[in-house]
This record gives sequence, C-alpha cells and structure tokens, in this order.
Amino acid sequence: MRLLTHNMLSSNIKGVANGFPLGLEVQKFVEKQVDFNPDFLKNMFPKIEWKALVTAAKTMGYAELPEEVESSMLESEDFLQKFHHALLELHLEEGALICPETGRRFAVTKGIPNMLLHEDEV
Amino acid sequence: MDCNIQIDMHKHSSTTTHEREKANRGMVLSRMPSRIAQIKLISRHTEVYEPCDDSFALVDALLADRTNLLEHRPTICMEVGCGSGYVITSLAIMLGQEVEGLHYFATDINPHAVRVTRETLEAHGVHAEVICDNLASGLERRLEGMIDVMVVNPPYVPTPEDEVGIDGIAAAWAGGENGRSVIDRILPVADKLLSHRGWLYMVTLTANNPGEICSNMRKKGYASRIVVQRSTEEESLHVIKFWRDADVQVQAREPIITDRRPPMSIMETLLSQLPQLPFWGSSRTRDGS
Repeated sequence: MRLLTHNMLSSNIKGVANGFPLGLEVQKFVEKQVDFNPDFLKNMFPKIEWKALVTAAKTMGYAELPEEVESSMLESEDFLQKFHHALLELHLEEGALICPETGRRFAVTKGIPNMLLHEDEV
Repeated sequence: MDCNIQIDMHKHSSTTTHEREKANRGMVLSRMPSRIAQIKLISRHTEVYEPCDDSFALVDALLADRTNLLEHRPTICMEVGCGSGYVITSLAIMLGQEVEGLHYFATDINPHAVRVTRETLEAHGVHAEVICDNLASGLERRLEGMIDVMVVNPPYVPTPEDEVGIDGIAAAWAGGENGRSVIDRILPVADKLLSHRGWLYMVTLTANNPGEICSNMRKKGYASRIVVQRSTEEESLHVIKFWRDADVQVQAREPIITDRRPPMSIMETLLSQLPQLPFWGSSRTRDGS
C-alpha cells in the first residue's frame, strides 16, 4: 500500500465524524522504485492532504518532506523527487491503519488494507 | 474452479478459457506484445471468480475504446469488484503505468479476490493499489470527483435478495432482484467518485433492464452508449459506457412533460443499439419523464 492510498482512505465506521487521517502501524514496509512522472505529481498535488503525507512518511522513516508547502514548489525538481518518493515508493506491507476517532484497527496484509466493517459498524 | 462449473451458476457461457488461451498463445507466437492480461498468468483461488465471458466482454469494450481512452489521458482509473484482477491488469497494460502518469485503484469485498488480484498484477509486471472494501466505502470521501475511468463487472445475476454480498465467490454474481441490487448501489458511488470528465464502463445483463439504468443515469446527467453487445444461448451482455454530458443534464432538469421525447441523439443511440429492449418505453412511462 502506497502512501497515496493512505492519503485517500478514511475510516468509514458509522457515526465517525472525523475518520481522516488514519494512523499508521508499521510492522513491515518496503521501498519500490517507481517511474517518475512530474505531470502526475502536479495533477495530484492539489488533492493531497499534505500534513497527513508528511506524518505518514515520517512513520515510515522518511523525514525529507517539508512541513509546509505551496504550489510554487512544484517547479523544483528536488521537491518533486521527494514528493514522488513519499507518495509512491514507500509501501506498507504489513501493519494496520488506525481510525483516529475510535482506535479501530484496519489490518494491512501483503500490502492490502482491509476496510471491511463489522455488522455493528455499518 | 473450472469455468464450466460456473456456467451452472449462470454468469457465463460459450467462449471458453481454453479459446482465450489459444488466442493469447497466438499473440505470443506471432511475437505481438500482449495488449491485455494473459489467461495463463491469472492467479486462481476456489473462492474467486475466474475471468469468463462477461470479463472478456468488458476487456473487449476497453480495447475497442482504447484510442479514446488514450486520448482522454486519465490520471486515476479504478475497478470496483476486481475479482481475479483480469480486467484491471488488462487496463493497466493497455493504458500504461506511472511513466505515463497513470494510477490505478482496485477494490473487492472478497479478501481472497484482492490477494489474487495482487498476484495477477505482479505476474504481469503492472501495479494497482488493491483494497479490500465494500464497493469504495473507505475511499469515497477523499477520492470524490477524482476518478477519470471506472470499470465495473458487477454481480448482475438475478438471485434471491438474501444471497447478495454473502461471503466468498457468490458475491461475484449474486445480484438480487433483477440482478440490480448491487448495480443500484454502485451507480451513486460511481457518480460521486467520477471526475467531471469521468467515464464509467459497466457490464449488464438484459435482465437488469439496461434501458432503465441508462434512463436513471440520464437524470443524473450522463449520456450512454453500448460499446459491446454479446449474445449467447444463456444471456445477452451489454457493456455500457457512461459519461457526463452537459446537454443531457439540461434536458434532465427541464420540467417533465408527459409526451416529451428525450434528446434525439440519445434516443438514436439507445434505440439503434437496444432495438430488442421493449422496456425502454414502459420504464419511461413508469418514471413519468
């Protein structure tokens, strides 16, 4: 699971008002090289919750992202490379996503988050 | 599970996996790079729906529309109900990967299916982010308006309502009354997730009343077109493409007049492609539009 996916997932439990961002519990993560495409990053940038990405990347041991961003930074190759690495190349393989409101764990197994709810959570 | 066994479950018919395999082998022999997923590389599991006629029809529809898809330059593509991974893998091979600036999501409610999808993707050297989810429940909030291409081969087989969404492989076909239970839940999700230029490709069965589905989508501002129609002894499949159309939206918002005809272009599209569907007229009467 890439951090892009983490940035797009929220806790869907009934009654949870603020299910984003999910906490990250890391048991195993891998880095995989992904082809660099600046246009994709520029398309995605406005849709990314930056603070959630910075926190998630730190949890995965990557602390190179700036805390504050503005769109002018997209002109910088150095910034785009860091953004690319954090968004697409850090994969959570084993661990869990944690609902920020209830603490409910959504397991991540073989890189696949399980967002299925129990009957009493729907 | 063998494809022939699943014929008894009414989601398939004549084209066999074997024939597909031959077609794939033909491509290898003629040294053509495969443009879609290869049957021999599809991962399997007894509780996961194997690619069959409906999956092939959907991939054929995507292939038929490939030039348009490439010109469309989507950023995010998504499959809801990815099963074996045959369709999302084919789409990723067809349209390209990160180097072209594309990203893929795939979801399935069946935990075995998401694992199998991941294996199928890896066997073909392509990537999609795979999530075990009920439709797109965990993604809906943040991915709203971001999907440029969505593909769905829904559970469309008419079954008793209590078979819908049960554990295992049955979730791949059990569609409830008229096979519409899951389809009718998917369409509002698609409407929410699709970007302003988003396209939806969906497999339907004649029993699902595709004319009524198109009519309902028209009220939400979507035009539609049949990309692939395939009839077998057991079922008649349509792959329908939906896209947002400003003209359709205006028409749909206008006051309802009993004998009003829909815009000619839509009537022509649907009537020319669904000549055998008598419910078109009746559904419109019932809707009073």
